[in-house]
Amino acid sequence: MGVRTWIKEWPVYRQFTDGDRLSRGAAAMSATTRGLRPRTETADKVVKSVCPYCAVGCAQNVYVKDDKVVQIEGDPDSPVSRGRLCPKGSASLQLTTGDARRYEVLYRRPHGTDWERLDLDTAMDMVVDRILETRRRTWEWEADGKRVNRTLGIASLGGATLDNEENYLIKKLFTALGIIQVENQARVCHSSTVAGLGTTFGRGGATTFLQDLQNADCIIIEGSNFAECHPVGFQWVMEAKARGATVIHVDPRFTRTSALADLHVPIRAGSDIAFLGGMINYVLSNEADFREFVLEYTNAAAIVSEEFEDTEDLDGVFSGLHEDTRHYDVTTWQYEGTEVQAASGERDSLYEERTGNGQSVAASGRSESHGSGGPAISGEARRDPTLTHPRCVYQILKRHFARYTPEMVEETCGIPRETFLRVCRTLVENSGRDRTSEFVYAVGWTQHTMGAQFIRAASILQLLLGNMGRPGGGIQALRGHASIQGSSDIPTLYNLLPGYIPMPHAHEHEDLDTFVEAVRTDKGYWSNMRAYAVSLLKAYFGEAATADNDYCFGHLPRLTGSHSTYETVQAQLDGTCKGYFLLGENPAVGSANGRMQRLGMANLDWLVVRDFSLIESATWWKDGPEIETGELRTEDIATEVFFFPAAAHTEKAGSFTNTNRMLQWHFAAKEPDGDARSDLWFMYHLGRRIKERLAGSADPMDRPLLDLAWDYPTEGTIAEPNAEAILAEISGSHVGGRPLDGYDQLRDDGSTSCGCWIYCGVHADGVNQAARRKPYTEQDWMALEWGWAWPANRRILYNRCSADPEGKPWSERKALVWWDAEQGRWTGHDIPDYVADRPPSYRPPEGATGVEAISGVDPFIMQADGKAWLYAPAGLTDGPLPTHYEPQDSPVRNPLYEGQQRNPVRQVFSRPENRFHPGPGEKGAEVFPYVVTTYRLTEHFTAGGMTRWSPYLAELQPAFFCEVSPELAAERSLEHGGWAHLVTARGVVEARVLVTERMTPLTVGGRTVHQIGLPYHWGSNGYTTGDSANDLSAVALDPNAHIQEVKALSADIRPGRRPRGPAVPRLLAEYHRRAGITEETGMEVRG
Amino acid sequence: MTESLIGRNLLAGNEPDPAGDAGHRDHPPRVGFFTDTSVCIGCKACEVACKEWNAIPEDGLELTGMSYDNTQGLGASTWRHVAFIEQRKPLGNAEAGVAHEDGVAQEAGVAREDGLAHEDGDATDLRWLMASDVCKHCTHAACLDVCPTGALFRTEFGTVVVQEDVCNGCGYCVPACPYGVIDQRKEDGRVWKCTMCYDRLGAGQEPACAKACPTQSIQFGPLDELRARADERVRQLHEIGVTDARLYGRDPDDGVGGDGAFFLLLDEPEVYGLPPDPVVTTRDLPSMWRHAGVAALTLLGGLAAVFAAHGRPEGKR
Repeated sequence: MGVRTWIKEWPVYRQFTDGDRLSRGAAAMSATTRGLRPRTETADKVVKSVCPYCAVGCAQNVYVKDDKVVQIEGDPDSPVSRGRLCPKGSASLQLTTGDARRYEVLYRRPHGTDWERLDLDTAMDMVVDRILETRRRTWEWEADGKRVNRTLGIASLGGATLDNEENYLIKKLFTALGIIQVENQARVCHSSTVAGLGTTFGRGGATTFLQDLQNADCIIIEGSNFAECHPVGFQWVMEAKARGATVIHVDPRFTRTSALADLHVPIRAGSDIAFLGGMINYVLSNEADFREFVLEYTNAAAIVSEEFEDTEDLDGVFSGLHEDTRHYDVTTWQYEGTEVQAASGERDSLYEERTGNGQSVAASGRSESHGSGGPAISGEARRDPTLTHPRCVYQILKRHFARYTPEMVEETCGIPRETFLRVCRTLVENSGRDRTSEFVYAVGWTQHTMGAQFIRAASILQLLLGNMGRPGGGIQALRGHASIQGSSDIPTLYNLLPGYIPMPHAHEHEDLDTFVEAVRTDKGYWSNMRAYAVSLLKAYFGEAATADNDYCFGHLPRLTGSHSTYETVQAQLDGTCKGYFLLGENPAVGSANGRMQRLGMANLDWLVVRDFSLIESATWWKDGPEIETGELRTEDIATEVFFFPAAAHTEKAGSFTNTNRMLQWHFAAKEPDGDARSDLWFMYHLGRRIKERLAGSADPMDRPLLDLAWDYPTEGTIAEPNAEAILAEISGSHVGGRPLDGYDQLRDDGSTSCGCWIYCGVHADGVNQAARRKPYTEQDWMALEWGWAWPANRRILYNRCSADPEGKPWSERKALVWWDAEQGRWTGHDIPDYVADRPPSYRPPEGATGVEAISGVDPFIMQADGKAWLYAPAGLTDGPLPTHYEPQDSPVRNPLYEGQQRNPVRQVFSRPENRFHPGPGEKGAEVFPYVVTTYRLTEHFTAGGMTRWSPYLAELQPAFFCEVSPELAAERSLEHGGWAHLVTARGVVEARVLVTERMTPLTVGGRTVHQIGLPYHWGSNGYTTGDSANDLSAVALDPNAHIQEVKALSADIRPGRRPRGPAVPRLLAEYHRRAGITEETGMEVRG
Repeated sequence: MTESLIGRNLLAGNEPDPAGDAGHRDHPPRVGFFTDTSVCIGCKACEVACKEWNAIPEDGLELTGMSYDNTQGLGASTWRHVAFIEQRKPLGNAEAGVAHEDGVAQEAGVAREDGLAHEDGDATDLRWLMASDVCKHCTHAACLDVCPTGALFRTEFGTVVVQEDVCNGCGYCVPACPYGVIDQRKEDGRVWKCTMCYDRLGAGQEPACAKACPTQSIQFGPLDELRARADERVRQLHEIGVTDARLYGRDPDDGVGGDGAFFLLLDEPEVYGLPPDPVVTTRDLPSMWRHAGVAALTLLGGLAAVFAAHGRPEGKR
């Protein structure tokens, strides 16, 4: 530095020469300050990515410098997020590069008291050993005399946080291994969505997309805390509001969503069917339905079988109830003159007896297989277009919901009738030709013993009002994991194969033909189901799959009932299930009845945990609550535990499917450090090692593995499989040839291969369509060139409904797609969800089948009759219409049907770890007088594995708390800021108390009901720790989808902290005694 | 305009071009934040985005019981703070639906500001205000005026930034701030506060908090544009019945010459923990100096007079 420069740098010199007389500006700037450049500018590269938290799918830019991720922020080009991120997304730098991540493989030997280090290679080999040994030891060729070729000895859980490609490999490898207990978060979050939406409309995904919210005239958010749980998606509610839309929030708590709504309606948790049923009744009794829409596009005119008896006739239950086996025989629910193939099928004479009159099929999660293809019905239903026939769906609906008066709503939900009627009026006024309303829900609706029916109720209402398939309409299912839609579509779910093809059932599906016949519909695109199934088998088994061997259909393991994650836990307790994979899921905190989850794991031979940090599900053997109470002793626990560090989303390529069925590709910014690996790497190399180990095996149980197509290119120093090659397999190709453009090219003759038929076309022309990122500012509002949505890149499903029967938009204001007579095609803003060149006037010839049978006014192309189902003659196991029942554990008597308290066919398991509460009016019911509802906070994520370890998020919500009203606080002497403990038959937890007027007591059936809010993020590990809300909840399930009821349960609350150590089981025993709880408590079918 | 010792008073009053007055020639337009609390969803993305960008340490795992506010206030390690206020007041045409008897909340020891009285059983007005607070980047920033080392400076964007390589931790700025924003970090003694992401601004990027904000409650841009937008927003809100809406820190003639970060509030500033009428603590510095000067002169004059009066030696007589 020269003397002149030196002088010029001197602030005093600059003060007098730069015009900064007070030396408070330019003159004061240091050389460092003048040299500042943001690391977003100095980065070596910017990698396109997607936020790994919820399912809004906010696009991220990942900035990399010197092979290190230095910054992650929103990508302003995204049409969904427009560059914005919530606190979790904003913390993803800390998530991916923070101190909490582990980079070494850990091993806990049987009876060991601490972790040991293990090298990755040895650990992989040890896991291969365990799998092969357990598989051989627990292999079943037959069950009940039917071929099942499977093992119940191994299970896995997790996938919703993973990429589609990872889910694909998990399901593919485990299926070839004969492992059927493959599950993920989709089971415990939104499985009932698939059952509810799928049976109604033919597809189980949200019917619209987030940006379309801005077109709504009224938005009813119910069963969702939208602003808190999907903050970036909520910007579209704010857009609608700015355009004058009315926003209504119906929720037990006044939340951050309510704070921004025009009206908050407090509701008793679990009573939503009564509320929605009341609105249905309001619409029907005021003839406020959109008649032309209802008549043409729904099954309102269909005539139902004479044998059908409604809950009105049978005091709260439908016809066909078998009390002994707790299930409905659904045959009486049919349309007149049709039959349900799925319920009859091919069965041997002993089958009925052995499987309990079809109970095993009903239990096998079939309802969820309507995720992209409605239930099968054969024959044409008789129709009465005047809607006056007493057995037509419209009239049945009217009678069924007549009970749901404003008075009944008030008595059941605790909502004053004036408020209720105001909601009804607002909704009706904002529906019709010119206006549309949208419903938004999340797990507040799904996690009930009637979850699927909650969603059905909203579906019926939206259909009656003509709000489906139109801009600003529809039903928005907000899903909560980055790829939980993807992990349903490419399922890591026991009951499904990719594309919602059901897993074969031992008794129904002995060969490919009977399988296809039992599942496919005669009409619509689901009639081509054989092509989808054969193409999948080609993708799974490659050249080995031929017409002669049924395309290896026999390689698939078979179901014999429900094998959901909750059955798996019981199988662990019973000693059937011996090995368990946890792939980015933390059931010790996140699944119902945490204690049962931990006790199940303590009974395993081996456990593999793949995660970022040492979550509770990895360490329960040394510091879980049961160690504290003395129920378990570390030295006594024989479970071997492997911990494999997982790679973050920035360290692997792949696609997430967001809440609106849109696939978005994220690229790898760098390779993972240490032993951290992607699940793609883990599954691929696991499979490779297994195949190498079994090479040359003549054992028939190894045949599926030897036949498995498992050649994937790898790259980089760690031999990471090429994710795009897997996406290409999922998208499909002509065997050995060109990529497929879409699912209409799939064939059932083995000439096409496709890993997931609904994703067919995502790699059309050999181009990764999911990676498209044309900025939204360069497109129209639909932004069809950003990512790729299934099916066929359509964004609003059933959009044929946006035009009238003649093909013209119902109104200019709500135009979306329409028939262009000149071109002879459907056209518009969205891609038509319809046969592109089929004129509205088309009527199928007599005897037409398949796509040919879709008439010009059949907008629901996946449905067996082309119509949306107000009444579901098939597909659901607990009734063709929603009926309000009380939650399993409820302090309130069902005001609707005196003779029927609970869903008669709910799935309940009474075990010592899983006891229920006495019903209202029964002795001991008063012991659990309050209603608990569990929920998420903005600042945390599900079971906490991705947030509780993050200091930036932990400090924002640093403690487990409960929210109570001032009235309840007064009643139970709870002090704001102090401690309280909550008790159920399952457990006791302590939480800090927040007394807030946002919680309000409700008057229900003439008495006051207090509700308690309980966020469920906490556990004993991490940067912020606390008790787990799920230690209170029970395994009581929706019979359609096996989803647990955690949104409404009864409990007791007391001031002060909970007891410690052995005093905990003593306290619970005392509660059991006081409430008179036995094995039978709460298990009734009737009553 | 009062004249200071060295010309125009740059320490108070309307000052249209603080960057220019601080010696930045051809500087870009003054930028700022307009935080519209009426659309804030209290997600705290701003807090996290700020901490991530500026690598600010976590500063405390305390459940405060102040609604969902566990941050408590701005500080050396919190440059954005979202306040949560639960109130019994109506919010425009919105309805809360909750029903509470009067008095129960106080019994349970929960602090809240009481609004309108309600008869038993009726719906209670309830609103949940959320507001993201930040350094105001005052037109007249006392912190900067009192800084003896030149660590604090006015940037070319008109913002106020601490230079961490210059700050010696004297702490003079801390009591000077009329908002209580700037704060010393115990671990290193230096003072820290929002820089409005000075480094990002230089590269044409917006501050991290504004970029993350899901509902555009935090808006960043040229201050003139933001002021116009804010005026329009208040008009809109008044029109739909949100008559409580008002701007805070927007007025260039207020005690700090207007804030570079100003707010749309739905209640009195005190409710959000903001001073109602902040005044730059150095406002009177010129007159103080003048007075001090006069006093010094007077003193000198007096002394001189004393010597003049009693100057002749008496003992020589």
